[in-house]
Formats: sequence, C-alpha cells, structure tokens
Amino acid sequence: MIDALIEALGLGRTVELLALSPPGWGGNLLRGLVASIQIALGAFAMGLVIGLFGAWGKLYGGPVTRDLLAVYTTVVRAVPELVLILILYYAGTDLLNRALMAVGYGRVELSGVVAGIGVLGIVQGAYATEVLRGAIQAVPAGQVEAGRAFGMPALMLMRRIVLPAMLPFAIPGLANLWLIATKDTALLAVVGFAELTLETRQAAAATRHYFTFFLAAGALYLTVTLISARLFGRLERWARRGEPDVAGAR
Amino acid sequence: MMRAGRPAMRFRPPPLGEFLRPHRVVMLLILLGIVAWCALNLRWHWLPRYSDLALQGLWRTIWLLALSCFLGFLLAVPLGLAQAVGPRVLAVPARAFCTVIRGTPLLLQLWLIYFGLGSLFPQYPWIRESELWPYLREAWPYALLALTISFAGYEGEVMRGAFKSVPRGQLEAARAMGMPRLTLFRRVWLPQAVQRALPTLGGETVLQLKGTPLVATITVVDIYAVTARVRQDTFIIYEPLLLLTVVYLMIAGLIVLFFRWLEGRIPQRLG
Repeated sequence: MIDALIEALGLGRTVELLALSPPGWGGNLLRGLVASIQIALGAFAMGLVIGLFGAWGKLYGGPVTRDLLAVYTTVVRAVPELVLILILYYAGTDLLNRALMAVGYGRVELSGVVAGIGVLGIVQGAYATEVLRGAIQAVPAGQVEAGRAFGMPALMLMRRIVLPAMLPFAIPGLANLWLIATKDTALLAVVGFAELTLETRQAAAATRHYFTFFLAAGALYLTVTLISARLFGRLERWARRGEPDVAGAR
Repeated sequence: MMRAGRPAMRFRPPPLGEFLRPHRVVMLLILLGIVAWCALNLRWHWLPRYSDLALQGLWRTIWLLALSCFLGFLLAVPLGLAQAVGPRVLAVPARAFCTVIRGTPLLLQLWLIYFGLGSLFPQYPWIRESELWPYLREAWPYALLALTISFAGYEGEVMRGAFKSVPRGQLEAARAMGMPRLTLFRRVWLPQAVQRALPTLGGETVLQLKGTPLVATITVVDIYAVTARVRQDTFIIYEPLLLLTVVYLMIAGLIVLFFRWLEGRIPQRLG
C-alpha cells in the first residue's frame, strides 16, 4: 500500500536517497540533527545560567556591574552571531592555549561541540539576561518584600519566590530563545562543524539532489520547532497553574 | 526575536551631567586606553590595501539590507492582512508560510535557494536564453531573494498583530463616512498598523542586519566576506574581526537612531 503510493507519487528516488543505511544519507542527516540539538540544549542551558546572573546583576548590582552588563547585552545583540562565533572561536582557543602553555601543558584543540556550546551560550546569555530581567521586574514587589520580611536569605528568596513567580512571564521569551538556539546551530556549519545544515550540504553536493536534502533538513528543523512550541505551551500552562482565569484576556 | 511592541515613548537623551557619573568617566577612559592600545600595538598595515574592497563590501551589505527590508515589508503587508482578516483560503497558506520561514534557519533557506534553484535553472534552455540569465548566473539575486523572503516571514507575523491591534472603532468610523475600502486601508488602517509595529520593526531590522553576513557563504562579497579574505590572505585574525565588529555596531546604531527618528516624526496620542 505505502510502496504503491510512493511509486505513484514518483518518490522512489527520494526514499532511496533518504534511506537510513549508507547508500542513503538519512543516517547522516539524523546524526547532524542530534548534534544540532545537543549544542542547542547546551547553549540554552548556559544562556539561562548567564541570563540569571546577568538579570540579577542588572537589577540589584552596583552601577559598574550594571554598565558592564549593558555593554555586554548591547554588543552581543548588535553584532552578527557569525562574527561573534569567529571571534570567540579563535580568541577562545587562543586564550585557552596560552593559559595552558603558561601552566606548562601542551596545546589543545577545542572540540566543535564545546566551542559551539560556549559561543552560542554567550550569545544566548545576552538575550536571556533581557528576558529574565523583564520577567523578574514583573513580579509584584510586595511578594519579594514579604519574603524579605520573613527573613529569607537571598538564595532562598530566589528559589522559593522570585523564580516560580517570574516563570509565567519568562516562558514566552525563553521559548523564543530556544527556537533561536536551534536555528543558530546552523551557523556552526560555516566554521565547519558537522551539524544538520552542513551534513545536508555535503549530502546534497555529493548526490546533486539539492532540493531533496535541503527540504528534508527543513522538515527536520520545522519538526523540532513545532514540537518545542507544543512543549513550551504545556510548560507555560503548568507555570500558570493556580492563576485566576481572566476571561477575554489575550 | 519577537517582542511585544514596547510602549511608544519619545526618546529623550539624558542630560550630559547625569550620564557622566564618576564611574562612567573611568570606564570611558579605560575604553579610550583600549582603543589607543589597539591602534598602536595591533597590525593595521593591510588596511590601505583592502580599503577599496572593504568600502565596496560595506556598500553591498547596506543595499542588500535596505532592499531586502523594503521588499520584504511590501510582502509582509499582504501576509499580515491575510492572516488577520483574510478568508481561510488566504489565511492558512499565509500562516503556513510564516511558520515555515520562522521555523527553519536562514542559512538553510539561503542554501536551498542558491544551490537548489541555481542547479535547476540551467536545465531549462529558455531560462538560459532569457534576458535575465546574466543576472541569474550571479549570486546576489539569490541572496536578495532569500533575505527578502526571510524578512517577509518574520514581519508577516508582526503585521498580523499590528493590523489586529488597530481599534475597531477607527475602521467603523471610516466606513461610516463612506470611505472606499482602498482609501480606508491607505489612510486609516495601514498607517496606524505601521505606527504600532514600528518599535518591533526597528528591532527586526537589526536582526536582519545580523543575517546579512550569511550571504558570504554563497560568494556574495559583502563586508564580512572582505574580512574573511583578509584573514585568508594575510593570516591576521583579530584585527579585521575587531574592525568588523565596530562596523556592525555602527550600522546597528544607525538603524536604531533612524527608527527613533521615524517614531518621533509620527504624532501620536495613544490611549
């Protein structure tokens, strides 16, 4: 039945090309997808950590911290990711090697995954700082003051009050950031890291079936996007549990 | 990035005395020191040799950005309109287009268009014999097409929200005055939608600027490609990248200022 349908649509060649075992290139594409998702997850997590500290610094830090963080978020948000990737990739490897030489170890080559996560994490951190700062600001001041009045230390205040209360405000922005992270992994193709886009290009160039492979990769990216959107929607509903239902609110 | 339009505020620079607090003076001095150190201690001897090429690249970046934003916005208006009020036949494809564009990386779209269409066109003799063929053999039309489509996809979504946010009473009032539909659109609906979308559009234009260096991967020589060539020719890594960062910062700053000026020109009294 399925075979007949494939034949009728003239997709026999496509199925052959996208087969998972070696004559087909499907396995390479999936490996690329796994690498992309790994980097996106790592970068997103790193961005969250940077963003949390960044937001804290921007809201409660001294004037110097605040200005330095402003420089960080402005520069990262204005300079193309591709340029930042090159700078951080070269400078990062260089600085690391100089530090290692100084301590007396030999040179190391940063692996693509580590470099990718580091670079995209720093980029994500700048956006996450802004998202989380806005979300923390949206928490009613009285709640934080109430926590302080009970003598909660700063960390407990953050864990018990600020983080759960800001989550509903932060999740839409964070969902956007996650989508940006998955799409930004494609930029690592330019520095030669074998993630989905580069694997696709290699498969396409080898077989000269450009449309087949690029469309297949597009479908994979789109699947990731749509599934993540669904998951984040569910997460937001969970974060908003217990909130009164506001009829007619958008 | 999608952000809800921030409240329309007129930008007023803070007075200089307030800006120049002691720690900022120190930070500015440190910045000046770093700039001076960079100017004196780094290698800039390649600069005169590549300056012509760099200016050409800069010009190419700027017109690619401006043209793709302009054309993309022209496409975004019908896309947003179709999604906001169009019949299902139009709304569903428009939404699908925006979802697909926003859900896949720009680099992939660029390569699909350049390598895919680029390998398809030569197979048809009538395309090869047409007047357009000399252009289709170059890379920039594909770059422009990809950037335009991408901008249209993101902005279609923005314009959908903008069209929907225009108060219904405004449209009803115009209709009650007997305005023809096109006039209503041109005089009432579109201007108010654009006004609401302007802060977001400014941010999106900066994001589009950040997408332009990708065209270097399909052999368009923009400012990014020039620095890549300097790196290949001379093995100097940091200096061209530093200069490139400054150039992009300046272009982004100019875009922000331009949109602030644009926003300031529109008289507004939003409730």
